[in-house]
Amino acid sequence: MTVAKPLPHDAAPLHVTGAARYIDDIPTPRDCLHLAFGQSSIAHGRITALDLAAVRAAPGVVAVLTAADLPFENDVSPSNHDEPLLAVDTVFYVGQPIFAVVAESHLAARKAARLGRVEYDELPALLTYDDALAADSRFEDGPRIYAKGDAAAAIAKAPHVIEGRLEMGGQEHFYLEGQAALALPQEGGDMIVCSSTQHPTEIQHKVAEAIGVPMHAVRVETRRMGGGFGGKESQGNHLACACAVAARLTGRPCKMRYDRDDDMVITGKRHDFRIDYRAGFDAEGHILGVEFRQYTRCGWSMDLSLPVADRAMLHADNAYLLPAARIESHRLKTHMQSATAYRGFGGPQGMFGIERVMDHAAHVLGLDPVELRRRNYYADRTDRGVSAPAAAAAPAPERISDEKKHVDLTSRGSADDSIPPAVPRPHSGAQTTPYGMEVEDFELGAMTRQLLESSDYTARRRAVQDWNATHQIVKKGIAFSPVKFGISFTLTHLNQAGALVHVYQDGSVHLNHGGTEMGQGLFQKVAQVAASRFGIGLDQVKITATDTAKVPNTSATAASSGSDLNGMAVKDACDTISDRMAAFLAEQHQSEAAAVRFRDGRVYVGGESYSFAEAAQRVYMGRVSLSATGFYKTPKLAWDRIRGQGRPFFYFAHGAAVTEVAVDTLTGENRILRADILHDAGASLNPALDIGQIEGGYVQGAGWLTTEELVWDGKGRLTTHAPSTYKIPACSDRPEIFNVALWDGSNREETIYRSKAVGEPPFMLGISAFLALSDAVASCGPHYPYLNAPATAEEIWRAIGRARHGV
Amino acid sequence: MDITFLLNGETVELTGIAPTTTLLDWLRDTRGLTGTKEGCNEGDCGACTVMVTDASGAKALNACILFLPQLHGKALRTVEGIAAADGTLHPVQRAMVDHHGSQCGFCTPGFIMSMATAHRNGARDHDDQLAGNLCRCTGYAPIIRAAEAAAAEPVPDWVQDSAPARGAAPVFLPGSADQLATLYTAHPDATLVAGATDVGLWVTKALRVLDPVIFLAGCEDLKTVETGDESIRFGAMVDMNRVRDTLAPIYPSYAELIRRYGSVQVRNAATIGGNIANGSPIGDNPPALIALGATLHLRKGETRRSLPIEEFFIDYGKQARDPGEFVEAVSLPRGADSLRCYKLSKRFDQDISAVCGCFNVTVANGVVTGARIAFGGMAGIPKRAAHVEAALIGKPWDKDSVAAALPAFAKDFDPLSDMRASADYRLASAGNMLLRYFAELSGEPVSVLEVSA
Repeated sequence: MTVAKPLPHDAAPLHVTGAARYIDDIPTPRDCLHLAFGQSSIAHGRITALDLAAVRAAPGVVAVLTAADLPFENDVSPSNHDEPLLAVDTVFYVGQPIFAVVAESHLAARKAARLGRVEYDELPALLTYDDALAADSRFEDGPRIYAKGDAAAAIAKAPHVIEGRLEMGGQEHFYLEGQAALALPQEGGDMIVCSSTQHPTEIQHKVAEAIGVPMHAVRVETRRMGGGFGGKESQGNHLACACAVAARLTGRPCKMRYDRDDDMVITGKRHDFRIDYRAGFDAEGHILGVEFRQYTRCGWSMDLSLPVADRAMLHADNAYLLPAARIESHRLKTHMQSATAYRGFGGPQGMFGIERVMDHAAHVLGLDPVELRRRNYYADRTDRGVSAPAAAAAPAPERISDEKKHVDLTSRGSADDSIPPAVPRPHSGAQTTPYGMEVEDFELGAMTRQLLESSDYTARRRAVQDWNATHQIVKKGIAFSPVKFGISFTLTHLNQAGALVHVYQDGSVHLNHGGTEMGQGLFQKVAQVAASRFGIGLDQVKITATDTAKVPNTSATAASSGSDLNGMAVKDACDTISDRMAAFLAEQHQSEAAAVRFRDGRVYVGGESYSFAEAAQRVYMGRVSLSATGFYKTPKLAWDRIRGQGRPFFYFAHGAAVTEVAVDTLTGENRILRADILHDAGASLNPALDIGQIEGGYVQGAGWLTTEELVWDGKGRLTTHAPSTYKIPACSDRPEIFNVALWDGSNREETIYRSKAVGEPPFMLGISAFLALSDAVASCGPHYPYLNAPATAEEIWRAIGRARHGV
Repeated sequence: MDITFLLNGETVELTGIAPTTTLLDWLRDTRGLTGTKEGCNEGDCGACTVMVTDASGAKALNACILFLPQLHGKALRTVEGIAAADGTLHPVQRAMVDHHGSQCGFCTPGFIMSMATAHRNGARDHDDQLAGNLCRCTGYAPIIRAAEAAAAEPVPDWVQDSAPARGAAPVFLPGSADQLATLYTAHPDATLVAGATDVGLWVTKALRVLDPVIFLAGCEDLKTVETGDESIRFGAMVDMNRVRDTLAPIYPSYAELIRRYGSVQVRNAATIGGNIANGSPIGDNPPALIALGATLHLRKGETRRSLPIEEFFIDYGKQARDPGEFVEAVSLPRGADSLRCYKLSKRFDQDISAVCGCFNVTVANGVVTGARIAFGGMAGIPKRAAHVEAALIGKPWDKDSVAAALPAFAKDFDPLSDMRASADYRLASAGNMLLRYFAELSGEPVSVLEVSA
C-alpha cells in the first residue's frame, strides 16, 4: 500500500527544474491583455471626481473600466454582497480598486493605473478598535456570546483572579506567488478562467454573476498555487472577475497578477485581535472560571469574518476543561483591508487567549507553567484502539430559497440561514467544551508526557534558570504549549466533497477531486489513496488540475479538510470501480466478488491473477464502466452557531511544542534556539508531507508572533507593504535545533485510513515560541510582562521595562 | 543598446534593447523562460535568482533588479539550464526532491539557483547562502537538509560556464573609470547604475523612466582592492561580498555587519560606492566607515578630490557631489580593532536597519583618548554622535563614564518613528548599544546570535 509512505511531493521534480506551471507561466495567446487596478489613496471618502483621461491616453491602454462599465453584478464578496469589484461612489480603505486598466502589457497597465486622478470628499475613517467601538461599527448587531456555566460567579468565588489584555497583530499571507488569474473567452459567451485560488467553485460563481451567465458557462481550472494559507480562499475573486469582464468586453484573453506591493495593499490579512481576559484559579492552579472579550478588526467588508470570529471563540478553551466560561466576540467594521482567512482561521487567536491566561496564572501562582496546564487538561481518550464506525447523525435540515440566486452557498462566509439543527445533549458526566461538545479523543496527556521527556524539559528549564542567574544582558526562556484544534468546516454543509475517477484500458488511472494543491501535498496524498485502493503503483495514477467541469460544487480547500474530504471521495469512487471490476471478474471465474483482491499491481480472482492493466482491459471488453464519481460527507456534525451549542467538529487534532529562546535585554533582539514538537496526524497518510506541514507551520506561526509586524499609519495606509518592510522568517530564523516527531496514533473517528488533518494545527505550535520569549522577559523583573504580539525586538524591550518596573 | 551574453550555454545577441529592461521580464515575457519567478520585484525574496559567471567567478543574483546591459559579456544560467541536457538532475535538485525541500514550489527555482551557485563555489555556510531566498511553506529545515546532503557531490561540468568574449561594449557601458569620467562629464544628468539594488526599484516599483543611464558594470578598474599596511582602498565598484571577505580578518565586526547587510544576491550586486553615493540615511556602510575615519575619493573628469566621508552627507537626500562627479573609491585606515558594529532590525538577515551603530573607542592607560561613534537610522543622514564622543573622551573607560555619556545621545539625535521602530526605542537602543560595546570589550556575551540551547 502506498498510504503511510513518506513519498516526496508529486510535483517536486517539476518544482526543482522550473517546469511547474503557475498562472503567470501559462503560455497565453499572443493577443492577451493585462489588467491593473487604480486604487483608492484614502481610507474613507466619497468620490467627487474621477478623471481617467490620462489613463486612457497612456501607451498600450485598450480599455479602462469603472463601476459604471460593469455589465452585471459588481460584487466579489464571498458573503454579504458588500464588496464591489470596483468602488461605487464611496471608498472604504486605502488600496480599494476604483478602476481597472486593460492594456497590452502588465507594465503598461501598471503605469497607466497610476495616472488616474481621483478627487474625494474625505470622511472620518475608523481605524482602531476604539474608533470602531465608539462608533458601534460592527458586523452582526452585537457581540456574539458563547457560555458554559456562570463564569462571573465562579471567578468571584475564586481565591486567585488574574486579568489583563493581550493584543495580537494580524499577518500577511506572503504566499510567494501573488494573486493571479487568466480569463480565456470561449464561443457563445462561455469563459474559461485559470485562477490561483483555493476555491474554484467560488471563482466560478462570482465570474458567472459578473458576466451574467449560468455557472455552466464558466469553467475554472486550478493546477497549483504558489502558496495559499487562506489568502486565496476569497481574495482571488477580484482578479478573476475583472479578467472575465474585460475578456467578455474585448473578446481577448485577459490576465491579471498583482505586483507584490499591490497584493499586500489590496488583499486582506489575518484578523488581528484584542483579548481582554479575567480568570479565577484555586491555589493548586485549577481554573474555576474564565471570561474573554475578543475584539477583532474585520476591515471594511464582511468577507469571512463571522466564521473566523466564531472559530476564535471555539478555540478559547484550547486543551483545557473550563468549568465555567463566557466568551464574548466583537466583530468590528473598520476602514482597512478586509481581514480574511488565514491558516487557523481565528483558531490561533482564540487559543492564544487561553494560553496567555495559563501563562499569567502560572506567573502569579508561582507554579511551573506546564504543570498548571496539565492540571487543567481534558482527560485523555480511554480507548486507544479503533472505535466501531458510528452511524451518521441525521443531516441538518436546510432551507434554501429559490429566489436567493446570489446566496453563495459554497462560501464559508455564506449567511447560514438554515434552520438550526437539533443539537443532541452530551451525556451527563461528559467532559464538554464551552460550546457543549463532548471531548472524546483527547490525546495531550500522553503526548505531553512523551514530549517533556524527549525534549528533556525539566533539566533544560533548570539550566535556563541557572543561565539567567548568571547573565545580565542575554537572558533565556523556555516554554511549552499544547494545541487542540477542531477539524471540520463550522458551516456544516461545506463538509462534503466529490471526485471523478477514470480507469483506462491500459490500467492507468486519471482522477480529479474538488481539492486544490497549494503546496501541502494534497494531490500526492489523494493519489496514494487511489493507488492503495487499486493496489497499484503511484506511477499509474495521475491527478490533473482541479476543474469545476470535472467535479462541481466544491468547497474551498480550507479548514485543513483537503485530505479528509477529498481522500474519502476518491476512495468512494475507486471502490465503486473496483467493486464493478471485482463483480465482473468474479462472474467470469465463477468466484465470489468479495474474494477478489487488488494488490501489488495485480488483481487476484478465483485462484488466478491479472495485471491491473489486463484486468481493466477485460472489464472494458465486458462493457462495464470504468469511470465513477465519488462523494463524501462528514458524519456526526450538528452545530448551532447562534446558540453556540453542538458538535461543530468531527474530531480534534493535537500537538505540543517546547521552545527555547534567547533575548538581548539591551535591544530586545531575540532568537529561537531550539524547538521540540510532537504532533498528532493520526495514522499519517504520508509522514514526510505531514512533517513538512509541521515544520513549516511552526515557523509560520512563530513568525506571526515575532517579526511579522503590520504597520498602518494614522491615515490607514499600510506602511509594511513589501518584503523590505514586512519580515517573514528567513532561513536562519528557524530553530537551530528542530526536532519534529509524529505521535504514534490513530484517529478515533473513521477518517481516511484513520489519518488526521494537518494543515492548520501545527501553526499554533508557534505560540510556544512567544511564551518562551515571555518567559525570558519575565526573568528580568518581578512583574508579569504582559508581552504583546508580534513580539518584535521593540515590543520585547518594552515588556522588559514592564517586567522590571510594572505596567 | 546592443549586448551579448551566454544564456544556458548559448550566445544571445540583443540589439536595441531598452536599457532598464530587467532580466526577469526579458526571461519571462520575451524569452518564455518562466522557471525564474517574480515574487517581489525588489530583490528581497530571491524567487528570481539566477547564476551569473564572469572572470571573477559564479554569483547568484536577483534577476528582477538586474538590468540587461549589466549582463554584457557574462554567462547567465537559469533554472532551465541547471539539469543536464539529458535531464539528469543537478545534485541540489535531486537532494531537494529527496529531502522534501519544496512544497508549493514557487520559491524553489530561486533556491535551486542559490544552492547550485553555492555548491559550485564550495560554500557550506548554508544559512547565509540562502538568507536571500524566502520560503513560506517549509520552515527551511528540509531545504538545509538538502543543501547539506548535496554539498559533497561533485560540481557537474554542465554548470561550469566561463565568461564569453566581451566584444564591443555599448557607449553607455564604459570599460574604464576614464571612459566613465568623460561620459559622465558629457551627460551629468545621467543615472549611474552600479549594482542596481537601489536604482532597480526606481524602475520596478516607482515605474520611473531613466534616461540616459550609464552602467558601471564594465569599469574593471573600479573593482580593485588595495590592501596596504596603513590603509585599505576599495574601488567604488567592489561588491559587498568582496568588501566582506577583505575585512573579515581586519575588522571582523564590520564583516559581520556586512553578512547581515543584505543577502548573498544583494551583496553580489551591491557596491560599496553605490551604498555611499545614494546617501541613504539607513545604508549600513557609512556608519562603519565614519567610525573608522574613512576617506572618500571623488572624481569629475580629470579632477579628483578627497574628503572625510562624514562630510559627504550634508542633509537628507543631499550629498557633497557635483553634477558629473562620481565616487571613485573609499579608503579606510588599518588600526587596532576596537571597531564594533551593531545592526538592529526586525529580522537578523536581509533587513534594513532600524538603527545601525558603529563604535570605535581608543583607550590608553585606562583613559579614553579617542572616540568615533556613528549611527545610521537616527537622523536624515548617517551621523556621528559628537556629544557622546565628547562625553567619553578624557574619561576613564569604565561603567560610570559610559553611564554618564548616555544622556548625550538625546543631544545628538532626534530620531523619527516609522514602520521599523519608534523614536523612543531608537534613542534608547542607541544608548544601549554603547552599554553593549562596553560589555563586549569587557568579554561579556552580548549577542543572541552567539548563544545556543
